Amino acid sequence: MFIRRQLLLAAGAIAAAAAVVPAQAEETVKIGLIVPMTGGQASTGKQIDNAIKLYMQQKGDTVAGKKIEIILRDDAAVPDNTKRLAQELIVNEKVNIIAGFGVTPAALAAAPLATQAKVPEIVMAAGTSIITERSPYIVRTSFTLPQSSTIIGDWAVKNGIKKVATLTSDYAPGNDALASFKEHFVAGGGEIVEEVKVPLANPDFAPFLQRMKDSKPDAMFVFVPAGQGGNFMKQYAERGLDKSGITVIGPGDVMDDDLLNNMGDAALGAVTAHLYSAAHPSQTNKEFVAAYKKAFNNRPGFMAVGGYDGIHLIYEALKKTGGDASGDKLIAAMKGMKWESSRGPISIDPETRDIVQNIYIRKVEKVDGELYNVEFATFEAVKDPGKTKK
Amino acid sequence: MTTLPDVSTHAVASARWRPGEIAFWIVVVACGFLFPSRYLIMTDIVRLALFALSLDLILGYAGIVSLGHAAFFGVGAYAAGLLALHGIISEPVLALVVAGFAAMVLGFFTSFLVIRGVDLTRLMVTLGIALLLEALAERFSDITGGTDGLQGIEMQPILGHFAFDIFGKTGFFYSLIVLFLLFVLARRIVHSPFGLSLRAIRNNPLRAAAIGIPVNRRLIAIYTVSAFYAGIAGALFTQTTALASLDVFSFERSADLMLMLVIGGTGYLYGGLIGAVVFKMLQELFSTITPQYWLFWIGLVLVVIVLVGRARIHRWVLWLPNLIIRQFAGRRAVVVVPESDPS
Amino acid sequence: MTSLFTILFDGVAYGMLLFVLACGLAVTLGLMNFVNLAHGAFAMAGGYICAVLVNNSGWPFLVALPLAFVASAAIGVVLERALYRHLYARSHLDQVLFSIGLVFMSVAAVDYIMGSSRVFIKLPAALEGQFDLFGVGIGRYRLMIIVICGFLTVALQLILARTRFGSRLRAAVDDPRAAIGLGINVPQVFAFTFAFGCGLAGLGGALSAEILGLDPYFPLKFMIYFLIVVTVGGSSSITGPFLASLLLGIGDVAGKYYVPKMGPFVIYTIMIVILIWRPNGLFGRTAAR
Repeated sequence: MFIRRQLLLAAGAIAAAAAVVPAQAEETVKIGLIVPMTGGQASTGKQIDNAIKLYMQQKGDTVAGKKIEIILRDDAAVPDNTKRLAQELIVNEKVNIIAGFGVTPAALAAAPLATQAKVPEIVMAAGTSIITERSPYIVRTSFTLPQSSTIIGDWAVKNGIKKVATLTSDYAPGNDALASFKEHFVAGGGEIVEEVKVPLANPDFAPFLQRMKDSKPDAMFVFVPAGQGGNFMKQYAERGLDKSGITVIGPGDVMDDDLLNNMGDAALGAVTAHLYSAAHPSQTNKEFVAAYKKAFNNRPGFMAVGGYDGIHLIYEALKKTGGDASGDKLIAAMKGMKWESSRGPISIDPETRDIVQNIYIRKVEKVDGELYNVEFATFEAVKDPGKTKK
Repeated sequence: MTTLPDVSTHAVASARWRPGEIAFWIVVVACGFLFPSRYLIMTDIVRLALFALSLDLILGYAGIVSLGHAAFFGVGAYAAGLLALHGIISEPVLALVVAGFAAMVLGFFTSFLVIRGVDLTRLMVTLGIALLLEALAERFSDITGGTDGLQGIEMQPILGHFAFDIFGKTGFFYSLIVLFLLFVLARRIVHSPFGLSLRAIRNNPLRAAAIGIPVNRRLIAIYTVSAFYAGIAGALFTQTTALASLDVFSFERSADLMLMLVIGGTGYLYGGLIGAVVFKMLQELFSTITPQYWLFWIGLVLVVIVLVGRARIHRWVLWLPNLIIRQFAGRRAVVVVPESDPS
Repeated sequence: MTSLFTILFDGVAYGMLLFVLACGLAVTLGLMNFVNLAHGAFAMAGGYICAVLVNNSGWPFLVALPLAFVASAAIGVVLERALYRHLYARSHLDQVLFSIGLVFMSVAAVDYIMGSSRVFIKLPAALEGQFDLFGVGIGRYRLMIIVICGFLTVALQLILARTRFGSRLRAAVDDPRAAIGLGINVPQVFAFTFAFGCGLAGLGGALSAEILGLDPYFPLKFMIYFLIVVTVGGSSSITGPFLASLLLGIGDVAGKYYVPKMGPFVIYTIMIVILIWRPNGLFGRTAAR
């Protein structure tokens, strides 16, 4: 009797195994990574790609019994490419998760697909507030611009800055940054004396900076996308704005660690609010920075951290679901997840699926002969203000 | 062949559908059924083919070079997007035609600027117009959505029956039908007396004027038609992707288009179609193998193509199909061969 | 009022920079009738060579500058002998295809070797900052650009107009066959001219790293600007491209300063209007193809 039952069970197991054969693919979890690897935004894509490679080197490529496979695609930050690639990855490659997204339009272009196919979309870079509202399957591990911009606005008012001129790139993240800064800064009694929006593709900042200089503010609020900060600071110094006592304040994109050390001493003293500094004094971060430097011979910037935390989130969610990679379960697992990242403690807001993180006020200083953003004040567990006010 | 056949018999003969052409279209339709998992990239190719066809009309047949053809593509794209977004015309086919007309109007008015000047001037004026439009679209971001593009476009079913699906099947066949219809129209145009007069203009404008062809009026007409085609291509783009962003106007789009057409060969209508297939497939192949450095390999292919010589490559590629067709259709039937380039 | 002069000064510096970058193209396109869209790639090469010499090998900036010129010219001469010269007689479309191919290759190669982040060149302290001249802010670096480029312009004009080489070049361009008959080594003249243009681009690339930013996409990003300079300027002499560069530089800077929201319109509108007014450029040869 007993033996017979054993036999039956075994037969059942074999039958089950046979049935599972087509589902062999289930043993791997495929992640479609769509980032700009060519074009003006290429450095964003490379940092994310690097960070993910690093993570998988460190933690291995299997989690909860599943093999993780990354399929990298280049969208050159053009939204219709993003959409086509996402669609092909979902339909043809049967990816379980799409991730990356260097710019806001790209992230938005993929949003309807995430909803339709019930595939989680992990946003690792793009920073406009609305993104996560476009699909219940979007989770963000980067940041939103209002997070850092409102805080630098509050900080500026409290620290005796009265008149500010603003210079922001003219696209959604720039407008987000400007609007949230203005709201908090003006509410606190500050005054905006000059407002300039610069086109996104902009070779020479000189005329805009001259405008800034002529308006004689106490400080200038700057947002330019990651990668353009270097040029901006060079010309800021050239125009002697550092000597005329106009400090640079803003969200930390302009002082991206990726480029900071090449900017020269002009960057000294710039105060920015941001989620990550390579100089963040935690053990986790020191190890991360050391490993990243060793592997890629450069400092990690905040884009790398977004990618590193993004893949970590996927790993942890898979652990929690026991390897079940269905969209709804993964999203459920990701909601409310908390961990200690190299940027400090972070969590995923269970309601908005957006990131909740500390925002640090940092000042550029020289540490061991290199320029770093040294953190001196912390605002803890900041949610995206772009949503909380609604 | 002692007596030369007169022009009209020659024109009629060259306007007949060759077996090679019929075979070409059969293969294209077959692709639609053979690779059901690749509808998206194929739709992309079909759109580009239409776009390249529109450039071929002015470059290959009238000798007008343009580095700003994306201007019309972009106007078509935004027109279709705005029509759908605000529900002004929600039926896609009608919206397609309207968007095409929008681009056509622009084409008509800018043609007066373009027909003046030498090649280089035309290149830069067309490019300038496209860049101006891009700047305008960025400036009036409350209408166009600026750098973020038009968001939230939802397409209604075609003719109220065929809804766009996630696999892109509807989109593909829709685009293919549009391409075929417009191709037939273009074929009709270039084999008509009007088309022949264009070629005369391309070969020598002075001589053409001397035999009584109204050069400027003909150029304006074909430029306007070409703008209509480009506008339709742009509208198809918006309708099949539900997106319209600033890069529809971009210089890269115009430049890639030029590359495609030149690879495929100008002046025989199929050049743009073949060029679009070759270029897009190469790009897809290389960017799948090496997402970071695919540009290098594309560049290498371009350089090799030029060094070997396009004419020679075309002969090599056409050798096999010609051989097969000759077996079936007699010695003189061959696949169409590209004409030599202008300039 | 003083800021008006500062803007003018900045515009002139920007225009001068564009001129040095683009004048090689004016020569190849205008005089040799070869569409070399890869011109920016030589500028990029010069920029990166300068950056490596200064940042990694610790050379002084002012020594590295001439080397950027020499190195780009050397690359130019090698490519001219190996590839370009076979294409002089080919159609413009072939030339476009070929040179765009080269641009793509150079972009990916530089990305592979140097990475995709922007590169900066460490400047000597003497070149940083601004000083006041009667209340007008003068950037030291931009002043240096104006001096170097102004000197180059005068030298170029003299070479073309006054020297034996200049007359040979003009003869070779106007009628290559007759020039050969007169005993002028036309291929050599072309190779030398091409290399010189590439060298100038390389120098311009090294100078522009500070102002325009240097990354692997440099040749694609600025191709349009170079083309504008050449077409607006016309191809009869280098005076045309020179004036066009200044116009573009001042127009761009002033446009951004006075009407920041309309920035890009200014230059494109200027270009279209000029080209409609004078289809062959400001100083075009009416007989030019």
